[in-house]
Amino acid sequence: MAEPRPIHVLQLYPRDMNIYGDFGNALVLQRRLQWRGYEPILHSYDPEDEFPEQVDIVIGGGGQDSGQDKIQQDLLRIGEKLHTLANSGTPMLMICGLYQLFGHSFRTREGREIKGVGILDLRTEGTDTRLIGNVVAESKEFGEILGYENHSGQTYLGPGVQPLARVTKGAGNNAKDAHEGARWKNIVGSYLHGSLLPKNPAIADFLIAKAVENRFDEPIAAQIDPSGANQPIEELTRQARATATRRPR
Amino acid sequence: MSRLPSSPRTVASALGSVGSVLIGRAARTVTKLRGGGGSAFPGLVVEKLDPHFLARTLHRLPRGVIVVSGTNGKTTTTKMVVELLQGQGLKVFTNRSGSNFTRGVVASILEEVRLSGKLDADIAVLELDEAHAVHFVKAVRPNHSLLLNVMRDQLDRFGEIDTTAGMLRTIAQHTVEAVVLNREDPRVRAIAQTLGTQQVDYFGLSESLRSHFPSDDDFHSAPASAADHPHADVVLEQLIEGGGRFTVDGESVTTSLTVNGAYNTFNAAAAMAVVRQALGDAVDAPALIDSLSKVSPAFGRGESLTVQGRPLDLVLVKNPSGFRLGLSSFAPGGVATMIAINDNYADGRDMSWLWDVEFASLAEEGVRMISGVRAYDMALRLKYDDVDFDAVEPDLKLALTRFLQENPDQPARIFCTYTAMLALRKLLGAYTEVEAF
Repeated sequence: MAEPRPIHVLQLYPRDMNIYGDFGNALVLQRRLQWRGYEPILHSYDPEDEFPEQVDIVIGGGGQDSGQDKIQQDLLRIGEKLHTLANSGTPMLMICGLYQLFGHSFRTREGREIKGVGILDLRTEGTDTRLIGNVVAESKEFGEILGYENHSGQTYLGPGVQPLARVTKGAGNNAKDAHEGARWKNIVGSYLHGSLLPKNPAIADFLIAKAVENRFDEPIAAQIDPSGANQPIEELTRQARATATRRPR
Repeated sequence: MSRLPSSPRTVASALGSVGSVLIGRAARTVTKLRGGGGSAFPGLVVEKLDPHFLARTLHRLPRGVIVVSGTNGKTTTTKMVVELLQGQGLKVFTNRSGSNFTRGVVASILEEVRLSGKLDADIAVLELDEAHAVHFVKAVRPNHSLLLNVMRDQLDRFGEIDTTAGMLRTIAQHTVEAVVLNREDPRVRAIAQTLGTQQVDYFGLSESLRSHFPSDDDFHSAPASAADHPHADVVLEQLIEGGGRFTVDGESVTTSLTVNGAYNTFNAAAAMAVVRQALGDAVDAPALIDSLSKVSPAFGRGESLTVQGRPLDLVLVKNPSGFRLGLSSFAPGGVATMIAINDNYADGRDMSWLWDVEFASLAEEGVRMISGVRAYDMALRLKYDDVDFDAVEPDLKLALTRFLQENPDQPARIFCTYTAMLALRKLLGAYTEVEAF
């Protein structure tokens, strides 16, 4: 048997930024790495923890406003490390609250300015309107993206990033333009829960492919679906996606 | 808007409660004649015509009003509180109809009230949906409130879990005498700090049980330490087969329960705490335990049916904590399992919550059938947890038929979301006696 080849996945702030089921993203990455013969090593990073030495993929989720307050200082503290990783092409997935904090700033409804880590060229404004519901969005890179949004912060992209997708159902980044999420280098930012990766494996495989390329300088191995008794994962995914596109907002 | 002196509001006010009762009953008759099943419409009519009807009627009760709220377990806990109080010899008014909003309460009162507007009861126990409870407690200040928990299923209705906690806080602040709080829920526990003169009592868990009932915050980290936990009047010490061991006022009590599941056993601690608070020294302790052991489950909350000679459990799951508890409360060995997940408004549209439940405990036995609108989301979830399943059939009727046919000799268990449970109960009516709702 071949030597196990580890891929280190860093999950940012699972304690305070986990409330919307974004753990599913970590699970999907782990399984899909395993199904390709890699050994996923999941590092949970909470405030004041030691930052792991080796990081191949970084993921982060959404939380309460109170959770965001708790982690913001620590995020700035590790900002330089994250900038270095981002600049060197480390794949990252930032959802909702951490997507916002990966931008320059978040201005609250009361006018308070919360500084973000400034990796993505975007700004967010708190509003009184909560954008809630199913989302369907179209991406040139990943095809149709499906998920669920639940946010009162509205995000506007600067010229340094591209939108991840164009919304065809739902709101996405804000109530004005049709942009959903952001793309820059190997970073994907998005408002979508669901969790995002189970029903959008194209994004999961993009993150894995970039990590494997960076670490081992090779294309990713084909995925071997381990449990033969069930329907194949591609078929289950296709059906779950088909349902999601039909559901009301 | 014109203000005609003969507007219905003026008429009703002039007539007082008698007028309101008559008008409300007329509206109820009209609703029934039109074939409407909704119980809130007559309440709506009276509320519009006589907004003080509710407060006036409930404030006349000699022992006042107990309110039960929280995201999970309201219905069963309310039923327990009612039956415990009845076991203490009290006449209890409650909102049985299941429409747990202000109008529903008015509608329930209209069914039972005398023409004078007087309720024939000593005390009212009302289950209130968090969102409507705020409106309610501003009109009718409860004497006691029992606040159970803040879990995540309400998020896509109210936006944020902290908002829901704020609603429960408002209920507590409008409570006149005393509140009972869940010591184990950090957001509910914190309400105590915002209160003035009200007495605060707690119900809680023993340290060994805490890991069994993780809160949403605990799921990805270690539970909060025991150090800051205040004294609890009623503590669930241990789960035993078919019951629980409690510490009540320092005394150890073991009792069997007719309701099943770990969460219902914890709800029993909550119910005892609020009854003890409301009755004070007058409480008859042996009668309390006796009543508790006899409380039957509320509609669909851990309900056991017999279908074609085999036991079939319906387990309502509507959020990660509830699903995790459902899985750990019922051992999967020797049981045919079905899971039915809908995403209608009452279930919550967001499927994210399935990813915060670990399904590894089902891996050994596998799952026989997955159904509901979001059957394939659930199938995908199990796939990523390496749990095998036999079939996926989104149509509940086809799924149930096949599930019963293919698993004839085994006890069966169906984990289902709210609207899936409503549909399954209806379908099961063809096989067995299912209590009308």
